[in-house]
Amino acid sequence: MGKMDQVAPQASERYRAGVMKYAQMGYWDAGYVPADTDVIALFRITPQEGVDPEEAAAAVAGESSTATWTVVWTDRLTACERYRAKAYRVDPVPGTPGQYFAYIAYDLALFEPGSIANLTASIIGNVFGFKPLKALRLEDMRLPVAYVKTFDGPPTGIVVERERLDKFGRPLLGATVKPKLGLSGKNYGRVVYEALKGGLDFTKDDENINSQPFMHWRDRFLYCMEAVNRAQAATGELKGTYLNVTAGTMEDMYERAEFAKELGSTIVMIDLVIGYTAIQSMSKWARRNDMILHLHRAGHSTYTRQKTHGVSFRVISKWMRLAGVDHIHAGTVVGKLEGDPNSVQGFYNVLRENHNPVDLQRGLFFEQDWGGLRKVMPVASGGIHAGQMHQLLHYLGEDVVLQFGGGTIGHPMGIAAGATANRVALEAMVLARNEGRDIWNEGPQILEQAARHCTPLKAALDTWKDVTFDYASTDTPDFVPTATAA
Amino acid sequence: MRLTQGTFSFLPDLSDAQIRAQIEYCLGRGWAVSVEYTDDPHPRNAYWEMYGMPMFDLKDAAGVMAEVDACRKTFPRHYVKVNAFDATHGWESLRLSFIVNRPPNEPGFALEREEAAGRIQRYSMRAYATARPEGERY
Repeated sequence: MGKMDQVAPQASERYRAGVMKYAQMGYWDAGYVPADTDVIALFRITPQEGVDPEEAAAAVAGESSTATWTVVWTDRLTACERYRAKAYRVDPVPGTPGQYFAYIAYDLALFEPGSIANLTASIIGNVFGFKPLKALRLEDMRLPVAYVKTFDGPPTGIVVERERLDKFGRPLLGATVKPKLGLSGKNYGRVVYEALKGGLDFTKDDENINSQPFMHWRDRFLYCMEAVNRAQAATGELKGTYLNVTAGTMEDMYERAEFAKELGSTIVMIDLVIGYTAIQSMSKWARRNDMILHLHRAGHSTYTRQKTHGVSFRVISKWMRLAGVDHIHAGTVVGKLEGDPNSVQGFYNVLRENHNPVDLQRGLFFEQDWGGLRKVMPVASGGIHAGQMHQLLHYLGEDVVLQFGGGTIGHPMGIAAGATANRVALEAMVLARNEGRDIWNEGPQILEQAARHCTPLKAALDTWKDVTFDYASTDTPDFVPTATAA
Repeated sequence: MRLTQGTFSFLPDLSDAQIRAQIEYCLGRGWAVSVEYTDDPHPRNAYWEMYGMPMFDLKDAAGVMAEVDACRKTFPRHYVKVNAFDATHGWESLRLSFIVNRPPNEPGFALEREEAAGRIQRYSMRAYATARPEGERY
């Protein structure tokens, strides 16, 4: 049995007015065995000098559930034992002195069904500014199926998106229109038309394209849908453009989404910065209107990137699968933005699998059953180009949208040629992989062979073949596989 | 124009050896291969004609290739595609779908418009070939 039993005070002592250690208040229980229906959170805690890690973990449990800084007698009007979160395990972080992984279990009754706002108001509500901790990071969560089933999840999901667009067996291809600010509606639509006609499946508004002086939203939508329809007729293939409906109020977002629907768009887009409740509202709207919902993770790096403090993106991925988005930007590994290969594969597994086993190497601390919730299509965007196609397919698999913005629009022969180069590179790589070739090692030759019948691909390879973004990642898993003695 | 539906339409038409290699990949994963054909290539035409049932129990690429060939011989001027169906729980849909035969001439699609209020256009696309009856289109 745990320490708690050695120090557990009598009820009369426990509820005497004054300040008491959180562990003594009942927020630490080393003997606690989490129920199948408990929500479990794993925090990385960095206690202040002299603060015992178990007390720090108990404080996190307390402040993220029922506690306040002092004893309150009104606890005794409730089934307070049940409502208290219980820190039950603290492990030192491997190779990182002063940091600990704290496991905390929460009773299901603490949470409103189907509300990310309520979940997060508890788990990350107050506790991140708590003085006895230098830093705090929410690393992972186990969401019980009983709770998962209170959410609708993605309105479309990977399989239905593929069926709706009639595109199977390969990653989808997209591009963000550049420059991201300043184009008029007419010029903006030109980029969309060229890119889609050239071979992309999607184009995309950037996160900060809303309704600005140089381009109002209605204008953008009208020109973009002209481009989409022209490109569909030119290729006989279904296409889409993520019309960003992000706005200052829900009323404005609904108005924009309704207009996108009226124009026949298959997909609308929102930014993470609109907030969890707004995301869930747009998810409901998308479900009612057969619309694919794309989420740009604008703002996430402010709290996901540093390992000591914030919220891991694997947790954001879990919340967004519950909240119900169909696409989410989740890293490229090889591009210009932060992304350790193992961490990124962990995010992708959270988004795409029916069931996640424990996978410490990829940062997944818990088994997670998604209870049949649909799958989210991850989007890889930011500093990627055709010459990396074998690496992208190797790391990210085929259920992903690969977005080449600069790598399409910056092509020396023009936007349509840039799009064609990417599509040919992709199809050649998938064909070769399926034939059993070793694309990791033979990738460059496969691309060269494909470029023999595709001048745009040759030009793309000549322009970008030496571009890499080779910097050390900050958000890396803490566990590496260790060789076992034979 | 060249219809770019299907997984490999941006590559030169696949040789029989290449088609067979893809079929072997699908069979190796336990997917059921099927053959479909149409002369209505509208991208919302979800139901191409089935050339027989999905070959759930056929594990031999040569046998599947014989079906592909028979379909191409019967409908040499139609679009023909090979699909691979994965019945695994949580997927239960196609994993691969690629065109293996197309008409000698592909005239493409007309984009028709209807003017509506506020500069809105009601778009409709129509394959030029589908103005003629089924079976006489290409």
